[in-house]
Amino acid sequence: MSRTVTVERELPFPLARVWRALTTPSLMAEWLMTTDFAPEEGRRFTFTNDWLTVNCELVEIDPMTSLAYRWDALELRSVVRWTLTPTAAGTRLRMEQTGFGAHQGREFGGARAGWTRFLDQLEMLLERMD
Amino acid sequence: MPPSPDALFRSLSDPTRRGLFERLCREGEQTVRALTDQAGVSQPAVSKHLRQLKDAGLVTDRAQGRETHYRANPAALGALVDWTQEMTAFWDGRFDALEDLLRRMDQ
Repeated sequence: MSRTVTVERELPFPLARVWRALTTPSLMAEWLMTTDFAPEEGRRFTFTNDWLTVNCELVEIDPMTSLAYRWDALELRSVVRWTLTPTAAGTRLRMEQTGFGAHQGREFGGARAGWTRFLDQLEMLLERMD
Repeated sequence: MPPSPDALFRSLSDPTRRGLFERLCREGEQTVRALTDQAGVSQPAVSKHLRQLKDAGLVTDRAQGRETHYRANPAALGALVDWTQEMTAFWDGRFDALEDLLRRMDQ
């Protein structure tokens, strides 16, 4: 069974600027993660930070309107979809992530290697809890 | 009933226990004796840790002759992997960072 995370916000900024921040690698690096994104459907790219690599593929891009990419990280297989709607005050930005986590089935790579990676993360989490 | 996240965290908060569990995840089923050889603690201590892991549902055991074999049950970690909570927090943070950036792009 898939699950969905939705985050939506009214932004007091023009839609074109929001779109630029969502699709320009140098700007994406400032608010999301380092990336080799390019606005071409089918394009494979990654988001990376110190401890995580997210494998992505651009599945859909409709300029100034919507953008969707696969977002695979650790045991998570998901799709992140951005939708932009112009409003009187600026832009409504909606992020919807739909996917499957590890506990929802072995088909999503419950392999030993995956769990080992997960355990590394768990260890970091436990350290933070100290 | 699946073990609670609290029980899992308690069980994995001890570095020796975590080490035993990780080894079982990586290397598959092992006897208590084989685990003791590399654990750096006594066999009774290893047995005690394994019992605690078993109570948390993280390992299962089976007796064969005089030896007890332990196997990891990583599916028990499922309770900790509610990715939706983690991702909601992640995206909330990213939205904040995006708003900061958009403000700066104004200038």
